[in-house]
Amino acid sequence: MKQRLAAQPGEWIDRTQELEFRFEGETYKGYAGDVIASALWANGVQMTGRSFKYHRPRGIYSLAGHDANAMFSDGTHTHLRGDSLPLVAGMDLRAVNTFGGLKGDKLNWVELFSRFMPVGFYYKVFHRPAWLFPFHEKQIRKIAGLGEINPALPSTTSPKDYAWCDVLVVGGGAAGLEAALAAGRTGARVLLIEQQARLGGSLAWQHGRDEEAQRAYGTLVEAVLALEAVEVRCATMVGGHYADHWVALFDADRMSKVRAGAVVYAPGAIEQPAVFGHNDLPGVMLGSAAQRLVRLYATKPCERMVLLAANSQAYGVALDMLEAGVEVAAIADLRPDGEPSVLGEEVAAAGVPIHCGHAVYEAVAKGDKSGLRGAVVAPLRDDGEIESSRGQLIACDGIAVSVGWMPNAALLSQAGVKFAYEQTLQQLAPVSKPDGIFVAGRARGTYDLDAQRIDGRDQGAAAAYYTGREDKQISPRVESCKTAHSHPYPIFAHSGKKNFVDFDEDLHLTDFVNAHQEGYDSVELLKRYSTVGMGPSQGKLANMNAMRILAKLNGDTIDETGSTTSRPFYQPVPLGHLAGRRFHPMRQTPMHAWHAAHDAEFYHAGDWYRPEYYRRANTHRDECIFQEAQQVRTGLGVIDVGTLGKLLINGPDAVELLERLYTGRFKKRAVGRYRYAVALDESGVVIEDGVIARLAEDRFYVTATSSGVGAFYREMLRWAAIWGLDVTLSNATGQLAALNLAGPHSREALTALTDIDLSPEAFPYLGVREGEVAGVRALVMRVGFVGELGYEVHVPAWQGAHVWQSIFAAGEPWGVRAFGVEAQRLLRLEKGHLIVGHDTDALTHPYEAGLAGAIGKNKPFFVGQRSLQIYRKRETKRVLVGVRWPDGFKGGLPEECHLIIKDGRMVGRITSIAPVSTLGYALGMAFVEPDMAEPGTRIEVRLDDGAMSVAEVAALPFYDRDDERQGL
Amino acid sequence: MKILHCPINGPRPIQEFSFGGAVRPMPDPQQVDDEAWADYVFNRDGEQGIQREWWYHIASNTWFIAERNITSDQFIRTYLWNGEEAS
Repeated sequence: MKQRLAAQPGEWIDRTQELEFRFEGETYKGYAGDVIASALWANGVQMTGRSFKYHRPRGIYSLAGHDANAMFSDGTHTHLRGDSLPLVAGMDLRAVNTFGGLKGDKLNWVELFSRFMPVGFYYKVFHRPAWLFPFHEKQIRKIAGLGEINPALPSTTSPKDYAWCDVLVVGGGAAGLEAALAAGRTGARVLLIEQQARLGGSLAWQHGRDEEAQRAYGTLVEAVLALEAVEVRCATMVGGHYADHWVALFDADRMSKVRAGAVVYAPGAIEQPAVFGHNDLPGVMLGSAAQRLVRLYATKPCERMVLLAANSQAYGVALDMLEAGVEVAAIADLRPDGEPSVLGEEVAAAGVPIHCGHAVYEAVAKGDKSGLRGAVVAPLRDDGEIESSRGQLIACDGIAVSVGWMPNAALLSQAGVKFAYEQTLQQLAPVSKPDGIFVAGRARGTYDLDAQRIDGRDQGAAAAYYTGREDKQISPRVESCKTAHSHPYPIFAHSGKKNFVDFDEDLHLTDFVNAHQEGYDSVELLKRYSTVGMGPSQGKLANMNAMRILAKLNGDTIDETGSTTSRPFYQPVPLGHLAGRRFHPMRQTPMHAWHAAHDAEFYHAGDWYRPEYYRRANTHRDECIFQEAQQVRTGLGVIDVGTLGKLLINGPDAVELLERLYTGRFKKRAVGRYRYAVALDESGVVIEDGVIARLAEDRFYVTATSSGVGAFYREMLRWAAIWGLDVTLSNATGQLAALNLAGPHSREALTALTDIDLSPEAFPYLGVREGEVAGVRALVMRVGFVGELGYEVHVPAWQGAHVWQSIFAAGEPWGVRAFGVEAQRLLRLEKGHLIVGHDTDALTHPYEAGLAGAIGKNKPFFVGQRSLQIYRKRETKRVLVGVRWPDGFKGGLPEECHLIIKDGRMVGRITSIAPVSTLGYALGMAFVEPDMAEPGTRIEVRLDDGAMSVAEVAALPFYDRDDERQGL
Repeated sequence: MKILHCPINGPRPIQEFSFGGAVRPMPDPQQVDDEAWADYVFNRDGEQGIQREWWYHIASNTWFIAERNITSDQFIRTYLWNGEEAS
């Protein structure tokens, strides 16, 4: 650790805990409290990565979590941020963007061809000739991107948790600490979030020489930690700000979703780069990064430094460096008059040469480009252009840049805070904010420490007042600073085109000029074309300079130029933190255990598990289904229909509601009878079908489709409210079990179990009765559900299994067998029953679907009626018909949705198909054009392989045309 | 995640609700011509400003009206349906 300094007051490293780790195959030592990048730097490793496009050597730049070129992989995690992740003993790290190692990266030749890689080159170069693109794509995918994903790793889930607070304070610097204290002291519950490992913000690294500030730092942190109302979370990032102060927090282990009453943002400002030649080499870094190295990690940034300055903070950097034993070879100050404050004099008195009105023209690399050997400092003309011919080489192994700041605005923008360019500050500053959002400290352009503290206190108290925890209204006193701390244009042309604006995406100044010439002159277009700000740091070091460049090219102001939109997340988040638990609620009927015990093959019908069929030893699926259907036709079958929607509609206006919601007429329906019913939406499309049973004058029992009942019930409630009807509605779907007993022997089987008179005279088809079945109060409907004599039995859910088993026992003499949904569908298809949403689609009206008979005549109103009147006037374009294939047909059969072709034209499609039926031939339903609807019409269906399958239109129903069997 | 004030259940997270579209009085089907009816069924104006909307609290089956500024996505107030006019 040759670069390690003697112990610094307040350093974050723990020298008692030495940690060994590996990087690129070499073994190094660091301390607990180091981040990965600081530990490397302490060992003299300045090259931490290779750049994205040109594979140029790069090093530490911000040391604040924005360094895209200090990202590492440990083989498991692919993007470890070296400038923010703590060092852990035993880490074995590699730089992410190299081919064959960091030092001998085999792709470093790419830079030689950089003139062939202009901005947007992948849009231009690789698309012609088009036939070569697949090859190019493969090569680009191999080279592009950072890091590699190991697909063999098991997926891991991380916990999500929830929290709430009155006041959320984002940023644990001077302003944030004061805000948390002020809010916490009012009794408000406060959550204080700091992204770094410890509290303090700039107090920890920028005010090291100020003893008073260091005392205040200690006192503040102590006071915050002592206050019970304040919860502190360090090493935690605010990832996104969503509606109504719903905020996502991320730490190493989890995501926390926080609801805050108010939010004080004190996220500080991010120091911004200057653009000059080779400004990306290892050894060039922000002044704040040099200070962080010294104060937090007791590491010497370099031996001999040149400082590029444009504000007073730069002179603080110079003094800190001198104190750390770094020789400051020169300061190039962009301002013609230099530093006006007393700091300027102090630095000059220390013997540091100060070149006012000068800039760094270029950094000069060592032979192997792993570091610096000097800086060329040249004077600036009055128009801001650099006079490179008058440059002088100053030997140095480090260049620090302190030319300006950018408010850490990403989260503020997400929260709805608007920014405008402040001429006094020469940077963006907030100008308006939504209710409940407060901005404190440097993000507002407040640079004086005392002012930051007062501002934090005021904004914290104002936030507490907003949440109602504080009675006294506070008007924040502090205004933004009156002197500029940012240079308006710290960007200088360079002949070598290696003056980088975006270190993540390897974009240099010429790229912007070219993009602008090609017409990408708006900030959003420029971003997408050049990819500026789209790298791992999300433009935190690039966007401000990009705006300045674009404004200058357009001759606009910064406000006219505008900025791109900030979206979550603040920084990339591991996907595992976002991934959910694949939680799908599933519903089971009361008979589920029986089905499972009897080898049911389940499938998912919406939320429900339903038996598709019951497996039998050595029997194929299709054969099982066929046997189940055959058993219903010839003997006795039972099916669990508990997933049916079941609605109870009671009250004096119940019949009125049903008349308005359904197409049919129910006013004259006798008690003890039910009827098939169809409902439409306002456009006349069929959305629901079921039966409506009248149990009493004002009491109805309504069934609805398994998948549609939830939405339909909701619409029923709304219409009932709009019409102000005196009716009560309840959705009893889950409260009731239901089963369907079907087959020629169903009456005999049920008789023994019930007190209801089942004789055909007493209980005819379409009748409904209430009574007892197997000792349980039941509602029984005589149905033709599958085209056979049948009874549908509805009982309370908790008694469903008992009734099911009782019916099974009673049916034993007739070989009763359970049948699944597949057999039910076959049987119903044979009877020509359509399934709403399967045989109909989102445009099907009743005249197309053969449901005209369900539409009541002379009704004053029902939903969809007015639209049907319009349809009635028009020609119907398609109709639903039955289709069948010849007995013993052995050719290819279509699947659902296969097209019907006539004269090379699409004239319809198959909606349902049964390759095998109890009738001995394949059959189905299809939409066809009306002139093809006549039974016997030949149709041709195109199969997947292009062959045509010939069938003919058949009259519906296929089975038992006179409905004799269900009327037995 | 937004918060919506159900008139029955108070402030609840938006996931507990289902949006039911803008309140749009149905024209008299007996009086209206085909074109005007089709306009009612199919067209939505998307006009900026305050919109009266149907919202449904799923857990309690409660339909109610919310007034929302659809430009700024802010709820102004909520109340139970009380006929065509705002209460």
